[in-house]
Amino acid sequence: MTHPPDSAADDALDSLIAPHRNHPGALLPLLHDVQHALGCIPHEAVPRIAAALNLSRAEVHGVVTFYADFRTTPPARRVVKLCMAEACQARGCHTTAARLSAATGLAVGETSADNALALEPIYCLGLCASGPAALVDDVPVARLSGLRLDALIAELGR
Amino acid sequence: MSVRVYVPGDMAAVAVGADQVATALTAAARAAGIDIDVVRNGSRGLFTLETLVEVETPQGRIGYGPVDAADVPGLVAAGLFAGGAHAQRLGPVEALPFFARQTRLTFARAGLTDPLSLTDYRAHGGLKGLETALALTPAEVVARVKASGLRGRGGAGFPTGIKWETVLAAPGPHKYIVCNADEGDSGTFADRLLMEADPFVLVEGMAIAAHAVGADYGYVYIRSEYPFAIARMQAAIDLARGDGWLGRGFDLEVRVGAGAYVCGEETALLESLEGRRGQVRAKPPLPAHKGLFGRPTVINNVLSLAAVPFILAEGANAYQDFGFGRSRGTMPIQLAGDVVNGGVFETPFGLTLGELVDDIAGGCVGGRPVRAVQVGGPLGAYFPRGLFDTPFDYEAFTARGGLIGHGGVVVFNDTVDLAQQARFAMEFCAAESCGKCTPCRIGSTRGVEVIDRIVAGEARAANIAVLEDLCETMKLGSLCALGGFTPYPVMSALDHFPEDFGGADARRAAE
Repeated sequence: MTHPPDSAADDALDSLIAPHRNHPGALLPLLHDVQHALGCIPHEAVPRIAAALNLSRAEVHGVVTFYADFRTTPPARRVVKLCMAEACQARGCHTTAARLSAATGLAVGETSADNALALEPIYCLGLCASGPAALVDDVPVARLSGLRLDALIAELGR
Repeated sequence: MSVRVYVPGDMAAVAVGADQVATALTAAARAAGIDIDVVRNGSRGLFTLETLVEVETPQGRIGYGPVDAADVPGLVAAGLFAGGAHAQRLGPVEALPFFARQTRLTFARAGLTDPLSLTDYRAHGGLKGLETALALTPAEVVARVKASGLRGRGGAGFPTGIKWETVLAAPGPHKYIVCNADEGDSGTFADRLLMEADPFVLVEGMAIAAHAVGADYGYVYIRSEYPFAIARMQAAIDLARGDGWLGRGFDLEVRVGAGAYVCGEETALLESLEGRRGQVRAKPPLPAHKGLFGRPTVINNVLSLAAVPFILAEGANAYQDFGFGRSRGTMPIQLAGDVVNGGVFETPFGLTLGELVDDIAGGCVGGRPVRAVQVGGPLGAYFPRGLFDTPFDYEAFTARGGLIGHGGVVVFNDTVDLAQQARFAMEFCAAESCGKCTPCRIGSTRGVEVIDRIVAGEARAANIAVLEDLCETMKLGSLCALGGFTPYPVMSALDHFPEDFGGADARRAAE
């Protein structure tokens, strides 16, 4: 398999790959590291990861696309992941979602055209007695109704 | 002397502002010239009270809650640091009915200690189980776990000791201990709280398991939605290694999931650990014979492994004495959804669903009527009030067309639409199906469509018959519990709440 000539991006990728090279079952930890460093798993990274772990490109692509966490394009600058699972449903997450949608103009699952904000569903944060719950830019927030939801909407500034 | 103040640092407390409360307390103490030592414990487990601040006083630990950062100046002025009177003063937390009624064996230390203090861990009985185990032969340890009656807390309820016995008998050289911490069921959070509030007990349980079966390596597979638990477990493993109870013939590492619900199924989890798509494996071979990387593997839920140190330290009988029927010991039940008192309630098996929902959880917020309770996560049945006399026990729930699963109890008030909940169950299955078997992959999508037709009143009787047939096929023909158990919420909703599917006559018309 041939690779394009090394560039700074490739070097960065290689330094992410190196610690995982000889570990059993290294693909998921490596993909997490790549996404943490680069914001996503760029298509160009797939052949290089495959070669380093002695996998086919199809195998790596298959894993990247199987898991909801892995993305192939950069995330929005701000991301609200609202829990839409049963316990949060019982605590009114549909009302919370409707208010967030009205305030942001985004349905759950949508990203704004300027990539400034994404409103994503997530299924259970284990905050089932304190819902509706969300991760706002990876920070957990619970009891998202009433004034606490007002505060979040104001803070999102939309 | 400084005053010890406890402010929980677990995810549920932080999500309602515990960090801001801790900062405000530190600032207020400094302003008042009082020297305080803030300990970030785990939540005691009653999330309604979060942020629950506790102050160590000569009269014991006095709780205040729920505290918001804005409440802090008033509380401090009322003498919080000396346990002073205030409307939010709860007194000793153990005396609150929610805690006084519990039997905490697995969660004995949760909320009491600094989760990452080895000194606290030892002072509260930690490591006694491992020390006892290391003085026994592997077969003796397995025998004790078998005698305790402990059954898999992930949901299947398979006897833990028998699983261990199989792995002990399997040939080496390499064997693995895998902890399933992919707690994806909505309404469950006991694994999360345990890992955040008392991570060492899980490390200890896994070390005991390793000694019992002769394993040399272990993994804790934690879902990515639990960032706090991931960090705590990693830190606890490093501390345990530094303290010498890991790294000598057995070591552990944390692996992080990537947002796939199906990876909570044990064989899909093993695939994921090996670096592949989380697709379910056909059984046999059992993981105990050919598990991770083809080696004999113990794969147990967090709560199963965390129950083991108590069993070794206090004896199999001490555990076995609690319980109901063939469900021995205690279960950390999780009360969630629209409840007044939501949280972890560890109790011997046998309380009825009604006692749990009405007495302990206190029913719905604002006194709304409880209409339905989903027990056992997204794959569990919806029970109406008519089934509230069901005792919390593996067999009793099965007999009533349900399951206890991982012990999640999600309460819904009278505004719930059970046809929509049934539809959601199918939709969730369709989204999360690993795609390996047809009943789950295709059946779930067809299920959504059929429910939509029933609700729209389109050939209702015929479509109900189709839905029943489809559920039967999924139940009997799916490879794992995702497709196999999705019929539970669907059929229970239809059976117990037919009026939500377009008329009480709908079922009769189908027959």
